[in-house]
Amino acid sequence: MGGIEAPVLAIEDLAVRIRTPAGELHAVRGASFEIGRGETVCLVGESGCGKSITALAVMGLLPRTAERTARRLAFGGEDLTRAPARRLNALRGDRMAMIFQEPMTALNPAWTIGEQMIEVHRRHKRSSLAVARGRAIDLLGRVGIASAARRLGQYPHQLSGGLRQRVMIAMALMCEPELLVADEPTTALDVTIQAQILRLLADLQRELGIALLLITHDLGIVARIADQVNVMYAGRIVESAPTAALFARPSHPYTRGLLACLPRPGTTEPGERLGTIPGTVPSLVGGIAGCAFRGRCAEARGECAGTIPERAAAAGHSYACVHARAEAAA
Amino acid sequence: MSALVEIRDLARTFSISRGLFARRATLTAVSGVDLDIVKGEVLGIVGESGCGKSTLVRMLLGLLAPTEGSIRLGGTPIGALPRGALARRMQPVFQDPYSSLNPRRRIASIVAFPLAVQGIGTTEERRAKAIATLAKVGLPARYADNFPSQLSGGQRQRVAIARALVTEPEIVVCDEPTSALDVSVQSQILNLLIDLKRDLGLTYVFVSHNLAVVEHIATRVAVMYLGRVVELAPAADLFRAPQHPYTQALLASALTPEPGRGIPDIGLGLAAPDPINPPPGCPFHPRCARAMDICRTVPPAVTSRPSGMATCHLLAPSAARAA
Repeated sequence: MGGIEAPVLAIEDLAVRIRTPAGELHAVRGASFEIGRGETVCLVGESGCGKSITALAVMGLLPRTAERTARRLAFGGEDLTRAPARRLNALRGDRMAMIFQEPMTALNPAWTIGEQMIEVHRRHKRSSLAVARGRAIDLLGRVGIASAARRLGQYPHQLSGGLRQRVMIAMALMCEPELLVADEPTTALDVTIQAQILRLLADLQRELGIALLLITHDLGIVARIADQVNVMYAGRIVESAPTAALFARPSHPYTRGLLACLPRPGTTEPGERLGTIPGTVPSLVGGIAGCAFRGRCAEARGECAGTIPERAAAAGHSYACVHARAEAAA
Repeated sequence: MSALVEIRDLARTFSISRGLFARRATLTAVSGVDLDIVKGEVLGIVGESGCGKSTLVRMLLGLLAPTEGSIRLGGTPIGALPRGALARRMQPVFQDPYSSLNPRRRIASIVAFPLAVQGIGTTEERRAKAIATLAKVGLPARYADNFPSQLSGGQRQRVAIARALVTEPEIVVCDEPTSALDVSVQSQILNLLIDLKRDLGLTYVFVSHNLAVVEHIATRVAVMYLGRVVELAPAADLFRAPQHPYTQALLASALTPEPGRGIPDIGLGLAAPDPINPPPGCPFHPRCARAMDICRTVPPAVTSRPSGMATCHLLAPSAARAA
């Protein structure tokens, strides 16, 4: 991990509140994590846990109805909490880039692939058309797209879903970003294409030393790609651990519950009863005191309504629970 | 083994427009499918998008007529059965419990609807049957007069399952029934489907792209590629020793939650299959790492085994001798 080098992204106590007709929705409630150069950090959780909002908050792409606060939101040592829009526009697409689940929402349907890729490079790097075009062809080749020069003249709708996702990755890499935020980048794709796209992403990330923040609901992806995992529940990171430790010694009751729900060939028998998590996620309108999971937790007791301590299970492994877990500390 | 449903040489093509002036093209969605559905089994159907699994399911449910071939239910072609008779014996559960439930109807009325369509019972009897069926899927009677919007995704999928069960069908066709659900809800629905199958003696056709889920619930699995079944085997055999190179690649691409294994290189290449211009010979050969000369010209024959089949030149007896 980072070592003595400063992290590419450092977030402390990030909170996002969204105004809704029903009241103020506390979508992210105090998230803190860092990503070092060449490191892959996953944010994992179920629908509505705040993982995508966290990604948008990092990129400064929240909707107008949302308010972001943070003790620290530092990118390459630079404080972004009060950065003006002009500064963020200069960083986005250049030193920090994002890829989305559905490439059709991120690619402009009226522009060719080439126009979109070249524009981003010329704008940020003030490069010549020839240089930008050369880089676009090079990157399309790197993401495994054959006859790249011909593809540059095509429109997004002329490509298959897998190819569009590759184009979006190539476009995000045009300016050699230090930070890449990927929000469910393979969720809409077939498993065969998913494996190829993730392998490509992991290879490029390693090769270029990119700090990768990957948002997913899929624990299989997390297991295969992450260095560090942050499990989110109801707007809060309830457990953070190096990947192997998270799967071997899950410490928060929610993480344990989630892992027990998965059919895991070799671990669960076909047809055997899978674990379940009773109840539903509480409403985040108006905020929540205490542990947000306590209504669904078999181990809940009185203290869970109070302040929840952050416990260390091991180096780099922490969880937010009133129960200290003996086996996790071992 | 008695087959409830016999599918023989089934094919479906669509004529599609390719623009104002271009000639219409023929898309072959399903071709040459032979498949039996055996009483009491869970027949899993897997394959990438566009492989024809949804078209197959729609023909099975009688929602789409085959271009060629036949589907027989208990010996009778389903086209010859009255619509109601087919619906009483076979019911669907779809992927999205948000779009598959009428938002303006109350839960009891949604569940009772198949009975109303078939003119079974009085209004009171239908409501009583709906509430009894809701209880079977774990929804208490107090939800009977709610609207779908008042329910969570998992509860809505329970309603969809109750609606499928209210006519007491023999076969339930589940098309990606947990794909729109969170992991913690998915496990509840899988547990429920397994319980219902055991308690009610049901037979399932279970379509999913989630291989871990199929391995968990299916007893037999059909793997589809470009409209054809390329491998069929008992689930345990298929997942332990896949025979067809496509099945092998498909299974290898599943990212099971095993840290340290990394992302596999499945060697499938980038050539996306095109159902309008299917390749000559074996439809899988452009992506197959083990393709031979014969694969590019001659379609592979079916290699039968006692418990299943596969279509690949590598598995033909002559290839085994040559290798």
